Amino acid sequence: MRFQNRRLASLAAVTMVASLALTACGGDDESGSSSDGGGGGTTVTFIPKNLGNPYFDTSNAGGKKAVEEFGGKYEEVGPAEGSPDGQVTYINTATQQGRNALVISANDPDALCDAIGEARDADIKVVTYDADTNPDCRDLFINQADSAGIAKVQVEMIAEQIGDAGEVAFLSAAANATNQNEWIGLMEDEIAANHPDIKVVDTVYGDDDDQTSFDRTAALLQSHPNLKGIISPTTVGIAAAARYLSTSDAKGKVALTGLGTPNQMREYVEDGTVTEFALWNPGDLGYLAAFAAKALVDGDIEGEGDTFTAGDLGEFTVGADNTVLLGEPFRFNADNIADFDF
Amino acid sequence: MSTLIDHSDAQAQAPRSYAAYSRPFWQRVVLSREFAVVALLIAAIVYSRSQVDYFDGPQTMYYLFRDSASILLLALPMTAIIITGEIDLSVASTVGLTSVAFGMLHSDAGFSITVAALLAILIGAVCGAFNGFLVAYVGLPSIAVTIGTMALFRGIAAGLLGTESRTDFPDSWTDLAKERIFEDQPYPMILIPFVVLAIAFALLLHFSPFGRGVFEIGLNDEAAHFTGVDVARTKAMLFVLAGAVAGFVGIYTTLVTGVARAENSVGLELQVIAAVLLGGVSIFGGKGALHGVIAGVLLIGVIQRAMLLNGQTINIINIVIGVLLVLSVMSTSLLAGARHLVAASKGARTSGRTSDSAGKRSLS
Repeated sequence: MRFQNRRLASLAAVTMVASLALTACGGDDESGSSSDGGGGGTTVTFIPKNLGNPYFDTSNAGGKKAVEEFGGKYEEVGPAEGSPDGQVTYINTATQQGRNALVISANDPDALCDAIGEARDADIKVVTYDADTNPDCRDLFINQADSAGIAKVQVEMIAEQIGDAGEVAFLSAAANATNQNEWIGLMEDEIAANHPDIKVVDTVYGDDDDQTSFDRTAALLQSHPNLKGIISPTTVGIAAAARYLSTSDAKGKVALTGLGTPNQMREYVEDGTVTEFALWNPGDLGYLAAFAAKALVDGDIEGEGDTFTAGDLGEFTVGADNTVLLGEPFRFNADNIADFDF
Repeated sequence: MSTLIDHSDAQAQAPRSYAAYSRPFWQRVVLSREFAVVALLIAAIVYSRSQVDYFDGPQTMYYLFRDSASILLLALPMTAIIITGEIDLSVASTVGLTSVAFGMLHSDAGFSITVAALLAILIGAVCGAFNGFLVAYVGLPSIAVTIGTMALFRGIAAGLLGTESRTDFPDSWTDLAKERIFEDQPYPMILIPFVVLAIAFALLLHFSPFGRGVFEIGLNDEAAHFTGVDVARTKAMLFVLAGAVAGFVGIYTTLVTGVARAENSVGLELQVIAAVLLGGVSIFGGKGALHGVIAGVLLIGVIQRAMLLNGQTINIINIVIGVLLVLSVMSTSLLAGARHLVAASKGARTSGRTSDSAGKRSLS
């Protein structure tokens, strides 16, 4: 190996300049990483699974309303796609900016824990909502409804709609979505235990993408000609499935239920494609999460048994595993859908 | 002129034309594409330090290096591969596969963590060897082969671990992946293996006969073959190296996030290739230098971090980086065109290497 002095010298020179410039940033100036100084109020950063998702737009609008009510500073950041790596970047950034609280819907139960740990070390309170991390990595989880209740209401709805017998399938979101998998597991248990004539034939994943979910629905109907019902426990999935069903022969023959938002599902309920579906109010969920974050920052609550007031929603108690329950799922159908706008 | 091939034979035979072509040392450095990227990087850092809140804090460099570490590492072999005129789209999938293999070998098969890590690197190298065999010895185009193996490796990873993950790694290892080299300095531990590998790749690529072969293959692989370069073996070796480095990145990614998952590092290959091209490596092969690439990766990292701290959304950040990339590719072809014109107008006086490279460009 023969070294060429000039080239080596130029490489070395350039590397030195670059490393000097970089070291300069290293210094021991501890500026800026503490809180925002007086007068700004509580700074709360919402990190949804991904941006541009109508579900999180609604829930975070609730969060924003709450933060404005208690005079804090609201901010929403997040990845374009639902990936844990993307969320880690935003958690790190918020840590660096010294926010008071983070409200996160976790894309993975484990992958965020280290970044959240660093945030908590920097005295930032971390609340998860919609999808939880491992309980020991965050301060509080705001549960939209307990999983058993969500599973139960969906099984009840499909059983009513198909006469408690026949083949059903699940159209889920991403294959590693914590809450989806838990609900599907519980629904399978519930069906096996109490609905002997219902048979679960398939679970497909639409990745919370409209087109993918649409295509998966088409494939599902093709591969299971005797399918009686589809349960889609994701708002993107159920809307795409309804769109497919509404223009196919299966309309009215294959029942569709699950978790959806009234605005997305309105036309399919009105045209008879969908009879009934359920959800909590995501706006209330974000609203409650913001007030819980505020209560943590102020030191009003620390763990199980403590109570706090969440604006218009009233009083809540922190339950087991530092979880706060929003309430029972709500069923939307032709009789009541006109009353909602979200 | 920014090709780094040593044409000592040409120099001996035609000293006059070579001298007419070459410029003083400082001019060659200052006018090089790599220098422009380094200058941009320094400008971006200086600007961000003074204009972006929180950028001038101790954590910025830590997160910058930690977030860029995978791209920095993967960019090393990718630079060499692109210089030969090939490409490897499967590196991120290899990262996913080795992450899964590492987790399963440790958690399910009960291997010690050290053995699991070594086996993961070996699996990465085998993935690379598979690519290398198909590209170098079967003679298939690398873009087709690695699009295939990109899906294949990711598919195997998903098949092995499905939607599950493995998280039971010893704290000593996961902490090591996140630790800083010096307690009061912002440099994460991963910089040590990176610097070692970067020096190794720099020596291999810029200061060894093997490296000269790499550049020659990129300019004209038939000519390289006739000058005694073992084209197939060189290409195959680069793919094996890329696979082994991807294996190492798979382990690092697993430890730094604490999770072995099939979806780890999805889409990373495009960020690596983008950074390599921004760093001045020609997608047509034959041209590029590692310090430019490293500056390119860090430039993207600094811009991302500064914009994140400034509260920009990821879509805006992607637009800015996308525009930067398009401009950088455009500037290369515009410069090449300008040089071509200059060379043509100068005519026979500077025949030597200028017409040589111009001729090659029109071939490619």
